[in-house]
Amino acid sequence: MFEYAPAPESRDVVDIKPSYGLFIDGEFVDGSGQAFKTINPASEESLAEVAAASEADVDRAVQAARKAFGGWSALPGAERAKYLFRIARIIQERARELAVLESLDNGKPIRESRDVDLPLVAAHFFYYAGWADKLNHAGFGSNPRPLGVAGQVIPWNFPLLMLAWKIAPALACGNTVVLKPAETTPLTALAFAEICVQAELPPGVVNIVTGAGETGAALVAHPDVNKVAFTGSTEVGKLIARSVAGTAKRVTLELGGKAANIVFEDAPIDQAVEGIVNGIFFNQGHVCCAGSRLLVQESVYDEVLASLKRRVSTLRVGDPLDKNTDIGAINSAEQLAKIRELSEIGESEGAERWSPACDLPERGFWFPPTLFTGVAQSHRIARDEIFGPVLSVLTFRTPAEAVEKANNTPYGLSAGVWTEKGSRILWMADRLRAGVVWANTFNRFDPTSPFGGFKESGYGREGGRLGLEAYLDV
Amino acid sequence: MTTPLADVASSNATLRAFLHGLPGVDRVGADQRAAMLGTRSIKTSAKAQAIDLAISMVDLTTLEGADTPGKVRAMSTKAVHPGGDAPRVAAVCVYPDLVHVAAETVKGSGVKVASVATAFPSGRSSLEVKVSDTALAVAAGADEIDMVIDRGAFLAGDYVKVFEEIRAVKAACGDAHLKVILETGELATYDNVRRASWLAMLAGGDFIKTSTGKVQPAATLPVTLIMLEAVRDFRDATGVQIGVKPAGGIRTTKDAIKMLVLVNETVGDDWLSPDWFRLGASTLLNDLLMQRQKLTTGRYAGPDYFTLD
Repeated sequence: MFEYAPAPESRDVVDIKPSYGLFIDGEFVDGSGQAFKTINPASEESLAEVAAASEADVDRAVQAARKAFGGWSALPGAERAKYLFRIARIIQERARELAVLESLDNGKPIRESRDVDLPLVAAHFFYYAGWADKLNHAGFGSNPRPLGVAGQVIPWNFPLLMLAWKIAPALACGNTVVLKPAETTPLTALAFAEICVQAELPPGVVNIVTGAGETGAALVAHPDVNKVAFTGSTEVGKLIARSVAGTAKRVTLELGGKAANIVFEDAPIDQAVEGIVNGIFFNQGHVCCAGSRLLVQESVYDEVLASLKRRVSTLRVGDPLDKNTDIGAINSAEQLAKIRELSEIGESEGAERWSPACDLPERGFWFPPTLFTGVAQSHRIARDEIFGPVLSVLTFRTPAEAVEKANNTPYGLSAGVWTEKGSRILWMADRLRAGVVWANTFNRFDPTSPFGGFKESGYGREGGRLGLEAYLDV
Repeated sequence: MTTPLADVASSNATLRAFLHGLPGVDRVGADQRAAMLGTRSIKTSAKAQAIDLAISMVDLTTLEGADTPGKVRAMSTKAVHPGGDAPRVAAVCVYPDLVHVAAETVKGSGVKVASVATAFPSGRSSLEVKVSDTALAVAAGADEIDMVIDRGAFLAGDYVKVFEEIRAVKAACGDAHLKVILETGELATYDNVRRASWLAMLAGGDFIKTSTGKVQPAATLPVTLIMLEAVRDFRDATGVQIGVKPAGGIRTTKDAIKMLVLVNETVGDDWLSPDWFRLGASTLLNDLLMQRQKLTTGRYAGPDYFTLD
């Protein structure tokens, strides 16, 4: 009865150029690889042509970063902080433009890019700007030195936020960087390059090389890179770990996850249901720490499931630029195929599939919010990272069983615990093998809080004071 | 009361066990959910629809010591004819001694007359006084009674006292509908808001209402959200549908539309009518009328083009 009329955010705030070069040594230059198109996953329209960096281009970028390292690392921390504060302020000033650009290139709803991604991006730069002149007091010795040139490879799920997680601490500590954004989402990283120019950051301190896997491989393998930071799949993470083995390069990896979101019978049920929805449907489930396995205590299973289905039925799937959209487009055809394949496997292995009635647009890449019930630990949908809006629902009887099931995965990035009982939260947190344990919330991020994995979810921490360690020679 | 909850109120112990056995409310989560729904962008045709729906849900209210028969007559006239082709409001809400004035003015229009009663707004009097206050308003022609609960008794854990008072007032209402004001601004926690909602529903209230408007905070989004969840769950448990009325602090069209979004996405269509959702307000109506005119003409008219009643 009460239908919301379309409320699209205006595209006029962004000015997408027909083609983009690489950002090396403070300038946009042509790449020598085969240029590629980046598309809007919600409509499949081409947004721009982007240069691909060859091995030679990557080498130029690393050389520029090396050249800039001496001056940048010699600056007093307070001076580096000024640049970072300036970048943070420019990001805030251009937040609307960057949010629209992010939603166009990535497919995520504008509500999320506007209310989650961009505020966190700015907050990250502000936070690490504050550390730049306090490194002597960070607990890493009296005069911790930067590592040198950082080669950073980031994923497509939070393009600008992952850039911020990588670049802000690296620069604060005095490193220079060469960053490769994901092939399907290069545009906000290129807009960030413009922001570096606008902030008058010395040339070479930040370099952006676009391209596909080969570009990333060339960057990681470059002999003059001192530090490799990667966020992405466990599969690629393992390749990177192999490629840097035997070198002096430092590595941090933030990889996949299959997080358990554990709901006890004494949980605040309405908020738990919100947390389940936010845990798996936030950003179309393209979240490495997504709560993709729901563990519900048997005694409240029916209640929670009924409530969850009712809530999922109200989710609004569609145009990412519509301010009322809750679930946007899947980022790429390739990812959509993977989600479809795993969902079909879920059905064929005997789990029961449910999605609310929802009209999906004809063009673009879409997948409805999906629940699987009757899921066993051995089902692939309970083991493999789907990286889409697909939730596997399991039950448990005792807290010990919840812990056992939650930990019974090769991953260990995050977990959620829902209970009104404080002592149980602490008991669970002690036993869960996960880098982040959320209590009565999920997918909450803050620059002051370290983030990272156990087991195959990677190593090293990003964010907070601990995030400095990855960029200091300690 | 229907069978599953029939014995809940047999003693303070059973009532307490039941109310404290309801799922807790996590304040941070509830605030976040309400804030997220507050970001919904309601434009063009949806806005027009929402404005008319909101007007039709208004309980146009004046509850001042300085109220006069003339003022109540003027307000009641406006309730029937808000201006232009705008729909009439749901009800007028006045003190008991002015009910007859309102009733005469709105007679035959479909606009209901609501009256606060039970030693409004504090509720600090004996049960006898509260019951006779109610009877006075009903006798004068009130279709709806807005009572206040004894917050002191509630906070002290004397749930049976609150329960029995609501029952007694409900009995005094006769055919009149009973709205139970929880005065959420004095209940301190969201858990208490949920418990008080259930208590009022178990005792036979037809509506649960946030506030008197005399205490801040009044009708906040999270509190309204929790009350909507309570009526939803109550209907699931008993099959009985109860209405919700946020009142106090809803001044702008934006505020009203946020409330409608809350209803839409929490309990849905079944509550999107004046029979089940009301907005207690005084100045809100003029803002709704102003926005309504802006939507049709594309321009804002000055405040002098809207009547002050």
